[in-house]
Amino acid sequence: MATAVSILPAQQLAALNETYRKAVARKRLKATLATAVFCAALVIAALGAEVNLKTFFTYFGNFISYFDRILTLDSGARVWTDPVEWFWGLKKWLRLLGETILISYVGTLVGAVLAFALNFFAAQNTSPGPWLRFIVRRLLEFARTVPGIVFALIFVIAFGLGPMAGVLAIAIHSTGALGKLFAEIVENADMKPVEGIRSTGASWLSCMRFAVLPQVSAGYASYALLRFEINVREASVMGFVGAGGIGQELVVAIRKFYYSDVSAILVTIILTVFIIDISTGWLRGRLFGKETRR
Amino acid sequence: MSQLPKPDTEGLRAKYPDVFARPASARLAMPAMIVAAFAIFVFGLVDLDFSPSKLLSGLSQLGWITMLMLPPNPGSSFPLYMQALGETLSIALLGTTLAALLALPVSLLAARNIIPSNLIRFPVRRFLDSIRGVDTLIWALVWINVVGLGPFAGVLAIMVSDFGAFGKLFSEAIEAADRKEVEGIRASGGNALHEIRFGLLPQVLPVIAGQVLYFIESNTRSATIIGIVGAGGIGLQLAEQIRVLEWQKVSFLILMILIAVAAIDFISTKLRFAIIGQRAVV
Repeated sequence: MATAVSILPAQQLAALNETYRKAVARKRLKATLATAVFCAALVIAALGAEVNLKTFFTYFGNFISYFDRILTLDSGARVWTDPVEWFWGLKKWLRLLGETILISYVGTLVGAVLAFALNFFAAQNTSPGPWLRFIVRRLLEFARTVPGIVFALIFVIAFGLGPMAGVLAIAIHSTGALGKLFAEIVENADMKPVEGIRSTGASWLSCMRFAVLPQVSAGYASYALLRFEINVREASVMGFVGAGGIGQELVVAIRKFYYSDVSAILVTIILTVFIIDISTGWLRGRLFGKETRR
Repeated sequence: MSQLPKPDTEGLRAKYPDVFARPASARLAMPAMIVAAFAIFVFGLVDLDFSPSKLLSGLSQLGWITMLMLPPNPGSSFPLYMQALGETLSIALLGTTLAALLALPVSLLAARNIIPSNLIRFPVRRFLDSIRGVDTLIWALVWINVVGLGPFAGVLAIMVSDFGAFGKLFSEAIEAADRKEVEGIRASGGNALHEIRFGLLPQVLPVIAGQVLYFIESNTRSATIIGIVGAGGIGLQLAEQIRVLEWQKVSFLILMILIAVAAIDFISTKLRFAIIGQRAVV
């Protein structure tokens, strides 16, 4: 079937073209202005951050040669030619990695329990009073915004060096992060069961227990597992400030230029993170099906 | 008044044996998991040297520290702290932008609808995964070895660790793009580059812009801490003041970080909605 393409008379076409051009020109002007503002911000930022391209290009070779060096053993051979020599400290590192995972496990669990205790007060639909809600929200925000490692720095002074400071730092940070997510789940929960239970004369506590909890517990567990994954990464650097785990060993290796140790520890950390990611992903899939992952 | 018929319990029991007598393994699974989780927890407490006396003395110390933090007071170093905060924001902005610029071409290589061959896509993806597996702080330590102490090392650290994250997110955004527009470009005689420029980028760019803005926001947080290992910004001041136990300055610095993060949050949420309109965020 042939269709004739109708072409408007020149006069009409010119008017349309004119309007189109104007509209496009305005859009372009806006985009150019936005780009200019952004570039100006970048230049100011570059001055502020003491970016020095000369240093960068002079030393960029160092970056590549750094990787070359951490992949070379003391004997001059490549690390993968002699895995036994490369991973000479494997036993110690595995113990420290175990400690790292335990730190994040205990920290996540404590954080999840605290978040669980607080989130019903923070959610709009279940909070007993607006004032309480405001206070709990600000508290969670504080715990979430202050980075975990800053808490660790302070806790190391209060509780002494060691994994305990790391656990508490991770617990507090997780409370803030999970409390917000948990409260969001509760806000999305169906309120009809709550009305049903309240109509029988039940207390606030029973309403939460029998109407809200059954709807939200799967989401809670899913988010807690995700948080555990994130916390393993976080726990791997807690040792930088003396709060336990593999980080201590890594920072010593980097600062003292034990090159092949750096690569060996990095490889073990990356592998551990992979394994944890994959196994929690599998667990989440098994427990809650695919759709809970948001 | 009508009476409800008595339910045929026996018949139902015969029909659905699983519902009435769940197998022991199914009934025990939940308690067993809880017990196991709790056992690991207790083992962790013991292994990590938790003791009530340590906890109590630490808490009382923490109470003291909190008392000493009030009221927050910068002393005479306020201009210095403002400068450090500016440095932190610069690090976040610059690091994120550089990472996005670097990640865009690489994410094309990791997207299934651009590179159908597993041979290239798989190594690129694993490479990005490994970069993401290493924390920003570790990258900062590495870059300090290369370019020396200072904020520049922080910019490079954020650039590298975000490069891994962006590569993955961008390639997912590209994979989620609609095929039809690309096919339309091809049907009208466009080549592969035209397909990407006119078919893909208009769909993908708003999503990418939203993600970049979100990362600038979250990198403001990361940039506050990389100073702890010596890579510039407000974290350097914070770590120093904690070490010399100047608690009033510490609380002031934490307050500054909170306000800065809240301000950036506010601005970037506004910008994000302006760019991507009413579409769902990220």
